[in-house]
This record gives sequence, C-alpha cells and structure tokens, in this order.
Amino acid sequence: MTTTATVRPGDTAPGAASAVGLSTTELAAVRADFPLLERTVRGGQPLVYLDSAATSQKPQVVLDTEVDFYEQRNAAVHRGAHQLAEEATEAFEQARAAVAAFVGADEGEIVWQPGATAAINVVAYAFSNASLGRGGEAAVRFRLAPGDEIVVTEAEHHANLVPWQELCARTGAVLRWIPVTDDGRLDLADLDRIVTERTKVLAFGHVSNVTGAVAPVATLVAAARRVGALTVLDACQSVPNMPVDFHELGVDFAAFSGHKMLGPTGVGALYGRRELLEAMPPTVTGGSMVEVVTMESTTYAPPPQRFEAGTQMVAQTVGMGCAAQYLGELGMAGVAQHETELAAEMLKIADIPGVRVIGPLDTADRLAVVSFVVDGVHAHDVGQVLDDKGIAVRVGHHCAQPLHRRFGVAATARASASVYTTVEEVVAFREALAGVRAFFGAE
Amino acid sequence: MSTLEQMYQQVILDHAKHPVGRGLVDLPSADQGHLAGESHQVNPTCGDEVTLRVDVTPEGSVAGVSWEGQGCSISQASVSVMTTLVEGAPLAEVARLDRLFHDLMSSRGKGLGDDDAEDALGDATAFTGVSQYPARIKCALLGWAALKDSLARSGALATS
Ligand SMILES: Cc1ncc(COP(=O)(O)O)c(C=O)c1O
Repeated sequence: MTTTATVRPGDTAPGAASAVGLSTTELAAVRADFPLLERTVRGGQPLVYLDSAATSQKPQVVLDTEVDFYEQRNAAVHRGAHQLAEEATEAFEQARAAVAAFVGADEGEIVWQPGATAAINVVAYAFSNASLGRGGEAAVRFRLAPGDEIVVTEAEHHANLVPWQELCARTGAVLRWIPVTDDGRLDLADLDRIVTERTKVLAFGHVSNVTGAVAPVATLVAAARRVGALTVLDACQSVPNMPVDFHELGVDFAAFSGHKMLGPTGVGALYGRRELLEAMPPTVTGGSMVEVVTMESTTYAPPPQRFEAGTQMVAQTVGMGCAAQYLGELGMAGVAQHETELAAEMLKIADIPGVRVIGPLDTADRLAVVSFVVDGVHAHDVGQVLDDKGIAVRVGHHCAQPLHRRFGVAATARASASVYTTVEEVVAFREALAGVRAFFGAE
Repeated sequence: MSTLEQMYQQVILDHAKHPVGRGLVDLPSADQGHLAGESHQVNPTCGDEVTLRVDVTPEGSVAGVSWEGQGCSISQASVSVMTTLVEGAPLAEVARLDRLFHDLMSSRGKGLGDDDAEDALGDATAFTGVSQYPARIKCALLGWAALKDSLARSGALATS
C-alpha cells in the first residue's frame, strides 16, 4: 500500500503526547490534501464543512490508493493462484494490519465489515445464534436466556441500540440503560444497580455523536468485568478524532466506520478480542468463511475470515487502511488537541442569545461535536440559513431519538469538526448563527 | 431576492408565527350526518409531526380543519396555509388543490406557469421557492398528506 500524505507534522509519533494541535502551516498542508474542500457552494461561496461526524471528506492519497488498487491490483482475495490475486490479498491484509496498528489491536482481531452498523449487528446476531445452541460449548459466553440483561445508554446512536432491542426480542433478555445527566454526560450514580450479575452485555458509545461527550470507558469496563459481562464499544466518533487503543481500553468488542475517518464508504471494522472471536459463531454465512462443506454440514474458518462471508470490498479496505495510516502519521494526539481547540471555539455559540447547547459546555472529555437549538427557530430552518452562507451542518435527531427526547427536543442542529477544520470556519459559523433569529424575526 | 428569501417568503414566516387552525377541535358527533377523520403524520428524517382532524359536511365539503404539530417553519406554515384554502371547499376542489400543490412542489422553483392554477393556490404559491430545495419539499407536503389521510379515514372519499 502506498501512502504519500504530504504532511508529517513535527516528530509526533502516533499517539504521542503533544502540547499543541496543528500549526497553521500543518493545517494548511492538511487542507491541501482534501480536493473537495476547494469547491464552492450556493453561488460561489467557499464551503465550510461542519458535518464530519456524519461523514468525513477524503484526502487525495485515499482516493489515489483506491484508484491504484483498481488500476493495478484488482482481483478477488484469498482465492486464485495468480499474481493479481496474490497482490490483492497482500493489499487487503496490509490494510487490516494498518487499521489494527492504528487502534491498538492485533491483526487477527480486526474483522472487515461494511460499516459500524453491520459490525455491531454481527455481535448481536452471534449472541442470538449462540442462544440457539450454535457454536457449541465454546460459545457459552454468548448464550442469553430470559432474565439476562443487556445494558446500553440513553445516549446511543440507533446503531448501538436497535440491534440490542432486537436481540432482546429474540432471546427474552431485558434491555436496561444508563441515563444521561442534564449536561449530556452518562449518569453513573446508579451504575451498580444497572450493571448487575444479570448483565451479559454492556454496549456504549465511546463519544456521543450528539453531545460530543467522551464516555468514562475505564469505569464502565470495570463495572462490566466485575459481573462478567462483555463490553461492546461504539467507537465511530472516537477513532477519527482522538488516540484510541482497544487493548489499553480493555473492551471486548468495538465497531467503527471507514467513512468517518477519512476513508471510503462501504467499509468498517469490528474489533474483537482474539479468544472471543474464536469462540463466536458466525452470523452471515456463505463463501470464503468456511473450511469443509458437505451437503450435510460445514465447518468454519478461524476469525477474522469466519466473519467475512462473500467477496470482500477490497478497494475500500485498502482505502481505509490508507486513511488509518494518514491519520497515524499526522499523530492522533495532535489531532485531538486540534479538535479540543475547535470545540472551545464552537462552544462560544452558547453566548449567542437564544442558543442552547445540548451537551457539556466545557472542553474536558468532549470532542468538537456540538449540537444546539435556537429559541423560536426549528433546527431545519437554522440549517437552511447556514447553508445559504455555504456552511454545512446537520439537522435532525442524528439517529439518536431517545437522547433528543431526554432533552425535550425533536431536532437539533449539529456542527462537527475533523482534522481539516479551521478556527476561521468555526468563526464564520458563529457569525452566521448569530443572524439566524433576526432572519426569522424571533424575539 | 436570494433563493433563501424566495423560500422564506413573508407569507410563510407570518403563517409559521401565527398559524391558522392550530389547536385540535373535538370531532363532531356522527349523528349530525358529518364524517370526520384524524391522521398523524411524521417526517422521520427531521421529526416534523402533524396531527390533523377534518370534519366533512353531509354534502361533501370541508366543514373544518384543526391540527397540532411541531416542526420547521415550512411544515407548520404549509399546514396553516392549507387550512385557509380547504375550509369550506367541496372535496373535488380539495383534490384539485392537492394535485396542484404537488405539481408546484415538483416544479423546481419554476412555479406552475398557469394563472388559473396559481390563483386557486393563493398563498400556497409562496411555497414555490421551497421546491428548489429537495430536502424541504417533504416538509411542505406533510400537512397535505395528513389531510388526504384523514379524509380517507373519515370515509368521505368513498361516498363522494
Ligand atoms: C456514534 C455512531 N455510531 C454508529 C454510527 C453508524 O455508523 P455507520 O452508519 O457508518 O454504520 C454512527 C454514524 O452514523 C455514529 O455516529
């Protein structure tokens, strides 16, 4: 795989501590890597893209890597004895290694999936299949029975909620949840009464895609371990924006998507501790994930292949590997610092009359994802006025209806940043937002 | 006028602030020969909601519309304008207005180019600018969907 990220700021090794975020020159160099950021919108205005939490833009090197794969190496992986198949397989596995290194996992612990949603469903359906007896004695940790409990949080993205509701419906397990405080953090006051001996799974988001709050992973993992529950981390919003090391975090499973971390759509990953992946029964079955198939029965390949049925999205995996390498070379500590600075700039919107932020108002343990409501103006209308100035934010419930209900709002507007976001962009956003209530004559 | 101002015409902003027909009214009792129906419509992408009640006279015209809702100015103003248009109208006219408004929403900002049709739509022609924004067309149509559904539920469409 080729990565030719044009910036290698400082000497910062991936994950190394860094006092400052990105310098002005570093940031300019990063932005130059993203062709889409050069385009104009709505009558020739510069694009201010503040919707990276929905999906990030892609650096040229990721696009080139995908094109290069199709132009030079395209073949199905793990089959065929020809040279192209060999090269494609090597690119596919190198990408896996790059992603694994980026998130603090071993190669065999990263399973390619179409995205985080698919990855979480693999775990949920594995529990389901084990509960039906699939996977035999090895899979006993994945068996659920009526009375068992699955714990999530009120802050979850639907992708880390609905699969667990469905699993409960299929197995008779009961869903419980950790509530959210008024400032948008997890309320751990009753943690010991929620996570109990009955808990079999504790699934939670690392960083909320609505409030930007970072969950206290160590506390939650400790609570789960005390009762022997397995942890599932939705790392969609953390992996692109801060240093993440799954071994260090001690979670059992994690899911994240390529398209939010500067990579392509159509690819994501499931992390699972090796011994758990070995014990877990497959969910999607078919070609490429088997050992011996007879008309009567089938034995399955070891992980990760056991969970990669069918022809894989090789070009996308190679693109995602390249994105991981690009971010790693930038240094995630610096990226996180950069985002903290942006979060501080974003949070100044709380000083605009009529603007209310949903989520923490301080920058401790929070990333640059800021959702808000404007008194007397619906989020959709807020988004439209910002869009008229070339500023792209997301409006709606951001796939977190229960969290919005918790705050008594149907919809919010959300600004979110990525590595390439600048303070100037956030200032432009704040200025435009300050004019919104006047436009609608809200008093 | 900028495209944004074309979308948020003053008529729309006024209706959003002072909506007509807002506040659900009890449905008439059936023994007066009236037909009545209620419908709840949601736009799942943005959470806009409207609950609408319609009361139809025995002769087949709209006696009254009342509704409750929450959502963006486009969705709320559109229900409000629709209410002013259809109250008192025979069901055939309601069906025509519904068709014309859908045509307007498909016009990509061009309008209907038909004076009779635009006269019939009255204030609803102010939504022409909305049709330039594909993501907002659904907002403008939410109330119309609720009206059509509540009429269907009332049974009035089967008898007329
Ligand atoms: C916190 C969180 N979890 C899960 C998802 C689902 O990711 P995907 O749609 O890429 O599967 C998203 C993104 O939409 C997210 O922000």
